[in-house]
Amino acid sequence: MPWYLELLRAIIGTILIFSAVALIGVMFGVLLERKISGWIQSRLGPKHVGPQGLLQTLADTLKLLQKEYIVPRNADVVVFATAVLVVPLAALLDYVVIPFGNTRSGPIIFRDLNVGIVYFAATSSLTVVGILMAGWGSNNKYALLGGLRSAAQMVSYEIPMGLALVTIGLLAGSLSTVSIVNAQARFWYILSQPVSFLIFLTAAVAEVNRTPFDLVEAESELVAGYFSEYSGMRFALFQLGEYGEMFAMAAMAVTLFLGGWHGPWLPPVVWFVVKVYALIFAFMWVRWTYPRFRIDQLLNFSWKVLIPVGLLNLVVTAFVVMVLRQ
Amino acid sequence: MTGEAIAFYVLGVITIASGLVVVTSPNIVHSAVALIPAFLGVTGLYVLLNAEFVAVIQVLIYAGAITVLMLFVIMLTEGGTGTRLRQRNEQGPLGATVAGAMAALLITVATHTAWATGAGTLPRYGATAIGLSFLGPNLLVFEGTSIVLLVSLVGAIIIARKEE
Repeated sequence: MPWYLELLRAIIGTILIFSAVALIGVMFGVLLERKISGWIQSRLGPKHVGPQGLLQTLADTLKLLQKEYIVPRNADVVVFATAVLVVPLAALLDYVVIPFGNTRSGPIIFRDLNVGIVYFAATSSLTVVGILMAGWGSNNKYALLGGLRSAAQMVSYEIPMGLALVTIGLLAGSLSTVSIVNAQARFWYILSQPVSFLIFLTAAVAEVNRTPFDLVEAESELVAGYFSEYSGMRFALFQLGEYGEMFAMAAMAVTLFLGGWHGPWLPPVVWFVVKVYALIFAFMWVRWTYPRFRIDQLLNFSWKVLIPVGLLNLVVTAFVVMVLRQ
Repeated sequence: MTGEAIAFYVLGVITIASGLVVVTSPNIVHSAVALIPAFLGVTGLYVLLNAEFVAVIQVLIYAGAITVLMLFVIMLTEGGTGTRLRQRNEQGPLGATVAGAMAALLITVATHTAWATGAGTLPRYGATAIGLSFLGPNLLVFEGTSIVLLVSLVGAIIIARKEE
């Protein structure tokens, strides 16, 4: 393929991912979050805009689009403004290696990299750069504290997540996401690797900063953490990054542990979406039922529980794969 | 011009421009943040060379972890958040001389080497090949690196626990 066609393909792909994430992921996700939280807390949730409140997020987005951009007087303007771009961009980059489904002519994926899961680990860790920039650029002590907590949290939870990814790569004998899904045609890895699955889910919740690990934006302590000073569409872009990251984590968990697009009767893409939304529901369930951890509990849990357990799991898996199978 | 050449020049400009910001900015946080586009530009060059694994590791380690740790440390230390720090000292001319000499040496080497440009097949490359090389021919280097890392880890723990 000539290079300009490649470039065109990349641009179209970006637009497609962005609109899909913005519409299906974020706008519907926010509505789902509010409905589920209402249901869990015995409230009704949004009800007035559109049938059963279905158009509530659309109305909110339109409102955010019209709002004024406020830049604090002592903010570092360049850092403050670019931080907004980094967070959603890092979330969008995750989707390059996620196989959404399968057709006769091959899997639906933007690029089946042979280092797919390492790529995922790399791009999902870029979010924290945006969060730190936002925290520092705002020139606000609550935002800065949120940014610092985010850095400590991400650096700690990247390691258990990496260990879970490596374990699955070892089991499948490949780092490519498509090969990992194909290896699960008859047997999902959640059955043979329940420990990795739990580690991955815990680390994923921590990486996307959701309760019980939402110290980064703990509203009772830090106003809104790193995005306290952002208004209007910039705030919406942070939300987009956050929900986009959450959907990417759910999609990756489905790819690694729940057999990706595999399933009986229904078309592959439908299976994939159903599984992703089941995991999203689990994330929301956890968010609205558990209280928040303290920062020391959070870091101790990663370094003293998740990493040793993950390492042990990796060694046992390596032993089984290398010794018992040969 | 081929697409590859255009991509190379664009990535080169990105890397050099961010590198200039890193060394000239009076604001140390700006310097640290500008490291990220510099690292990503280098990542792009790795991708152009078909070195996907190295490219991804570059993003994971440099852009995602090392820069974050630098920013973290700058924001934790008291002087770091002050925006105007002096980035130069009286050794400027000496540094410029060394840099110029180094550049002259590199350019001479690059222009005088007979680079092999013949058609050939790329060696089998990928995560598997790198892993086999680490645990095969380069085992000693690999183990040496891990010992160095272990020592620095122990050193970091000793420094952190000094108050006891």
